[in-house]
Amino acid sequence: MTDTAPGTSGQCFQPRVVAFLCNWCSYTASDMAGTARIKYSPCVRIIRVMCSGRVDPSFVLKAFALGADGVLIAGCHPGDCHYIEQNYKTIRRHSMLQHFLEPMGIEDRRLCLVWASAAEGQHLAESIDLFVEELRRLGPLNWSGNWEENGARLEALQAIVDEHSEAMEIPR
Amino acid sequence: MIAPKETLRIGVYICHCGTNIAGVVDVESLAKFAEGLPHVALARHYKYMCADPGQELVKRDIREFNLNRIVVAACSPNLHEATFRRAAEDAGLNRFLVQIANIREQVAWVTDDRELAQRKARAHLAAAIARVANHQPLQRQFVQIAPRALVVGGGIAGIQAALTLAEAGKEVILVEREPSIGGHMAMFDKTFPTLDCAACILTPKMTAVKLHRGIRLLTYSTVESVEGSVGSYHVKIRRRPRFVDESLCVGCMMCIEGCVFTRARIPNAFDQGLGLRKPMWIPFAQAVPPVPLVDPETCLEITRGKCKQGCVTACGERNAIRFDQQETVEEYDVGVIVVATGFRAFDPSVIPYYGYGRHPHVYTSLEVERLLNAGGPTAGKLVLRDGSTPRRVGIIHCVGSRDANYHKYCSRVCCMYSLKLAHLVREKTGAEVYNCYIDMRTPGKGFEEFYQRVQNEGVHFIRGKVADIVPANGNGDAANGALTMTVDDTLLGKIREIDVDLVILSVALEPQADAADVRRAFGISCSSEGFFLEKHPKLAPVNTANDGVFLAGACQGAKDIPDTVAQADAAAGRALALMDAGQIELEPNTAWIDDDVCSGCKTCIELCPYKAITHDLERKIAVIDAALCKGCGTCVAACPSGAAQQHLFNDEQVYAELQGLMSYD
Repeated sequence: MTDTAPGTSGQCFQPRVVAFLCNWCSYTASDMAGTARIKYSPCVRIIRVMCSGRVDPSFVLKAFALGADGVLIAGCHPGDCHYIEQNYKTIRRHSMLQHFLEPMGIEDRRLCLVWASAAEGQHLAESIDLFVEELRRLGPLNWSGNWEENGARLEALQAIVDEHSEAMEIPR
Repeated sequence: MIAPKETLRIGVYICHCGTNIAGVVDVESLAKFAEGLPHVALARHYKYMCADPGQELVKRDIREFNLNRIVVAACSPNLHEATFRRAAEDAGLNRFLVQIANIREQVAWVTDDRELAQRKARAHLAAAIARVANHQPLQRQFVQIAPRALVVGGGIAGIQAALTLAEAGKEVILVEREPSIGGHMAMFDKTFPTLDCAACILTPKMTAVKLHRGIRLLTYSTVESVEGSVGSYHVKIRRRPRFVDESLCVGCMMCIEGCVFTRARIPNAFDQGLGLRKPMWIPFAQAVPPVPLVDPETCLEITRGKCKQGCVTACGERNAIRFDQQETVEEYDVGVIVVATGFRAFDPSVIPYYGYGRHPHVYTSLEVERLLNAGGPTAGKLVLRDGSTPRRVGIIHCVGSRDANYHKYCSRVCCMYSLKLAHLVREKTGAEVYNCYIDMRTPGKGFEEFYQRVQNEGVHFIRGKVADIVPANGNGDAANGALTMTVDDTLLGKIREIDVDLVILSVALEPQADAADVRRAFGISCSSEGFFLEKHPKLAPVNTANDGVFLAGACQGAKDIPDTVAQADAAAGRALALMDAGQIELEPNTAWIDDDVCSGCKTCIELCPYKAITHDLERKIAVIDAALCKGCGTCVAACPSGAAQQHLFNDEQVYAELQGLMSYD
């Protein structure tokens, strides 16, 4: 991170957003938005993955750890996945992550799941703008601050770990 | 697994793309920024990186400065990744040691804020540089293409594609849902702008399909499932029973004569319900195959089990009628697929003010095509339901098209077919014809000339939308169902009321009702209106995101017959290119298991929709069959121990990309 507060240039807060876009639908949609010169917030930075199913939950946490104020995952519409059904696994991971984020000190609204087909450049751009607006309302992510100010979060997190330790294969 | 620092020498190339990128992003300062990043040996910017001098620059630098990684910040990798991979390979570098930073479609073109654009460009570039440092050399992967094609849909698009493929010596399976091939074109009377008789130009092609040894024609059949991928698709085709053995029937039609129904009483869907048929029927006289079929819903033998079977008697010793015929499923392995499933005519009954379905003399254009067709229910006479000839006819353009409430798009063919219908109606009945249009669109060879001709024939053109159609109150004869059209004549600047005997609604072309199921079966996307999506609107108009699947005809978007035929040949051409090459390169982005790390937890196995992962009982680890893996990476994301990895998208690469993305502002 730089010395200056991240993304505070200009008049309003510019959140830092990482977007994971699947190759077949949403990345193509972002290309299409570009070709059509559809303007959307330049705060979003894009990583291409072959499928939204490739988005390891640790990628999302890593993005937050590296200073992202929000993470967006975009894939093909349910039923339209290039890999048959892998975006359904993305839905599951998204729910799981949201379940975890609050107790970890990250507002669950900072993780956004969007479906955008290859033809929906406009829809993707609008979804990104809506998400950036939401992040502006939330303000910069203050993960460490949240963490310290509320020790209860740590306990809640530990409770989740205790409850699911077997499924998560955590060595005791 | 980062290679030792001193061995990495990354070359960074920033493309101006004329002013496309350089007009928004300061490419010079971006290059300076790149020079300061770890492992970057040199950073250059150039006007057009994709041009030969740009590629030469990369090749020369690789040789001269011993570069071992390349980053190009330019347009989308979907456009020029292959270009720069090949340039790298030409210079002796493994082609997978190249990474593209998308700073045109995802940066320069989507914002006017230069400062934020510059920051985003820096982030994308830094991410690509950090990522490429983790790239490993990979082997190119190829799969074989089976020289056999499946063509789905037997309209003019499917017919043309199948014939072209078969003429090139390929085996073709042509599947058609209806009892006959021919599609919508077979319903038309004449075709614009030349007024060729549709049947005269279509039926020779239909016969050619039937006669061609290379084409296996499966009518009255649907594609049940599609498995596999480019080069080797396994398709199951469900064949509905005709109750007539195709191999025995000679098409004499005596069975239809012999059917115990003395009168035809059942609406014929091919005639848009305007004509009637018997339970033993054939859609139209020139149907291919010329084999009648039994309608199981109305046939007395099938519904009640007691009929004296006049059809069987009429068939005599040929004995082609088989009431015990069952539905069958045939399976084929094909290398490529051409999807040509066509369109559906818009149902105007949802627009209340046109009164379709309420006023008996409001017809759709397709119904009028059947009435005008010599093979249709009135043997080509355009008559009102009481048998009289219409004296005044209104034709309403853009019904369901260019309308925010229904379809926003222009259906492209309606202006021209409306002109054709105006001409035919005048020719056959001498009626006064009123064409109400929004804009007249005649862009095509001979189209404008045809418009002039129809104007000179005395057809009235009214520029405006019709607001209402009600039973006539003026000089028309209301008792006979004559109608009054209320139209806002925008050239005169006033509302006009025009009495007509018959109204033709020039309905939109829309996606087939089951288009969503079809495209999912073939793994293709659709645009917002539901038409199938081509890979690139300009440069790959017949390809789809699924490499072995090609599009032809109106399933991709509304189009006329010349465009459909051209596209069908294009699709066949692309399919032939693939089949004749015999192989296609795949992205080597398959998943693999690090045997030493895998704990054998089996988490990944259930996640794979292709059953590419198995559990090795002896070694107690997961094993991925690279030939089955399609490279989605879902198993990699789920692996709790990091044993599953994906070529080109392994954890280190994505982590490095993230790190690069977030490290600089």
